[in-house]
Amino acid sequence: MLCQECGKRPATLHFTKILNGEKTELHICESCARDKGEFIPGTQSGFSIHNLLSGLLDFEQHAGTGASKPPAVRCDSCGMTYSQFSKIGRFGCSDCYKHFGERLDPLLKRVHGNTTHVGKVPKRAGGKVKTKREIDRLKQEMQGRIENEDFESAAQLRDRIRELEKEMGGI
Amino acid sequence: MQTEGPESDVVLSSRIRLARNLRGSPFPMLATPAQSQAVMEQLLDVAENGRLNGLGPLEIIRLSELTELEKLVLVEKHLISPNLANESRNGALILDQKEDVSVMVNEEDHLRIQCMRPGFQIREAWETASLIDDVFEEQIDYAFDEKHGFLTSCPTNVGTGIRASVMMHLPALVLTGQINRILSAVTQVGLAVRGLYGEGSEATGNLFQVSNQITLGQSEEEIIENLHQVARQMLEHERAARSKLLSDSRARIEDRVRRSFGILSHAAIMDSKEASQRLSDVRLGVHLGLLPQVNVKTLNELLVSTQPGFLQMTYGEALHPEQRDMTRADLIRDRLAISS
Ligand SMILES: [Zn+2]
Ligand SMILES: [Zn+2]
Repeated sequence: MLCQECGKRPATLHFTKILNGEKTELHICESCARDKGEFIPGTQSGFSIHNLLSGLLDFEQHAGTGASKPPAVRCDSCGMTYSQFSKIGRFGCSDCYKHFGERLDPLLKRVHGNTTHVGKVPKRAGGKVKTKREIDRLKQEMQGRIENEDFESAAQLRDRIRELEKEMGGI
Repeated sequence: MQTEGPESDVVLSSRIRLARNLRGSPFPMLATPAQSQAVMEQLLDVAENGRLNGLGPLEIIRLSELTELEKLVLVEKHLISPNLANESRNGALILDQKEDVSVMVNEEDHLRIQCMRPGFQIREAWETASLIDDVFEEQIDYAFDEKHGFLTSCPTNVGTGIRASVMMHLPALVLTGQINRILSAVTQVGLAVRGLYGEGSEATGNLFQVSNQITLGQSEEEIIENLHQVARQMLEHERAARSKLLSDSRARIEDRVRRSFGILSHAAIMDSKEASQRLSDVRLGVHLGLLPQVNVKTLNELLVSTQPGFLQMTYGEALHPEQRDMTRADLIRDRLAISS
C-alpha cells in the first residue's frame, strides 16, 4: 500500500481517526505524517514514557561515534529503520529486535537496568531455553567446584552438561 | 468490581496485565487492516471455541461494533485502555462474566491479558493471568526470544511483558502532607505511581495506582514481590497516618468526613471532581469508624457509576454537562439513602 499523501513511499502508518463521531482511515508514510503533524502513536503529548524514550534513543544515535553517522539499520521483515524506531519509540514487529541487535542493549539497560530476560518461558518455544539456562547454571556450579578443588563432583557436573548439550542437538 | 478483598481499607484492587504478540505478524501499529483482522480472528477463535474454559462463558466484543459512549464506559470500568478505545481498528475485547478477566486484542500489542482482583491480591491476580497466558500459548506461537523474552511493541514492556499494579486510597498521607515524600521514595525503587485515570491525569479522589516499571531482567515473581512489599509499606504508612489523624485531630477529621457525607446526601449539583473528592472523604470516614451507616460496596459502585460515560449510558446519551452533574447528584443521594 502506497502513502495516501505522497503516493511514492510505502504507507507504514495506518490510523483510524474518529473526529466528532466521523471515522476516517489514513494510510501514510512516516515522513508525510511528520510533515502533516499527524498524531503518531508513541509521540502523543502526555504519553511521557515514549517521549522520554525517543529522547533517549536520539541521544544514543547522536552520542555514538561523533560526527560519523551510523549505518542505516532496517528490519527486513517490517521495513522499520532504526532511525524511525528511535523517533516513534516502538518496534514495528518482533523481528526488529533481531535486526537492531546489540544497538538495543544500551537503551534496554537504561530503561530496565538489564538486557536479558529471566522470567517466564513459553512451553512451545521453551524447551531449549530452559535446557540452556540449566547448562549455564551447571557450568557456574562446576567452576565453583573446580575452584574448591572438588574435582570429582565437578567431573559429574561436566558429564551432566554434556548430556544436556547433546539433548539440545549438539553444540 | 463490587466485592471487597483483603486490606480493602487501603487497597481497592490489584491488577496484572500481560503483553503478548504473535510470531510473524507486524505489531498492531504497523499492521495493515487485513493483517490485524487476521490476528483478531485467530485470537478470538481461541476464546470462541471455548478453549479458554475454566473461565466460564465469555463475551466477545468487536470494538468496531460499539458506539463511542459504549467504549468510554469500558474505559471507565478499566476493561479497555483509552488507547484501544481511540484506535479500535480491528480491536476486540474478550470478557468473562464477572468482568475480572479481560483480554484486549490489537491494542499496542496483539494481546493484552488483564486480570483484576478486589483488594490486595496481586499474587492471586498473577496466578490467574499466567494460567490464561498458558491457554493462549497452547494455541498460538508467541513472539519470544531467548535473550529478550516476550517481544513487545514498546521497549518498556519487553521481557516479562508484565504490568502489575495496585490501586490504593491514600487520603491520610495526602492530608498529612507525607504523600510526595513517599511517592518519590517509591519511584526510586523502580515503581511508577499515577492517578486513577491513567497517564498524566492528576490523582482524583486520592486514588493512586502503583505499578512496576521494569519488565526485563527480573522474573515475574521478583517484580510482584517488589510491588507487594512496597505497597505493603505504603499501606502501613497510610494506616498509621489515619490513626494519627484520629488521635491528634479527631474533631477536625470528623467534621470533614461528615460535611462531605452531608453534601453528598443533599446536594443537587455535583461535578465529577467534587464527587470523587467527597467520596474519598466518606470512604476515609467509613474506615475510621466515623460513618458506620455507609456501606463500602456502595462507594465502590459509585466510583464507577458516577463517571461521565457511565452516567450517560444509564440516563441517556444526550445529557449535557449541567444535566450530568444534576443526575450525578441524584444518583449519589439515592444510593447513599438506600445504603444507610
Ligand atoms: Zn508519504
Ligand atoms: Zn520489524
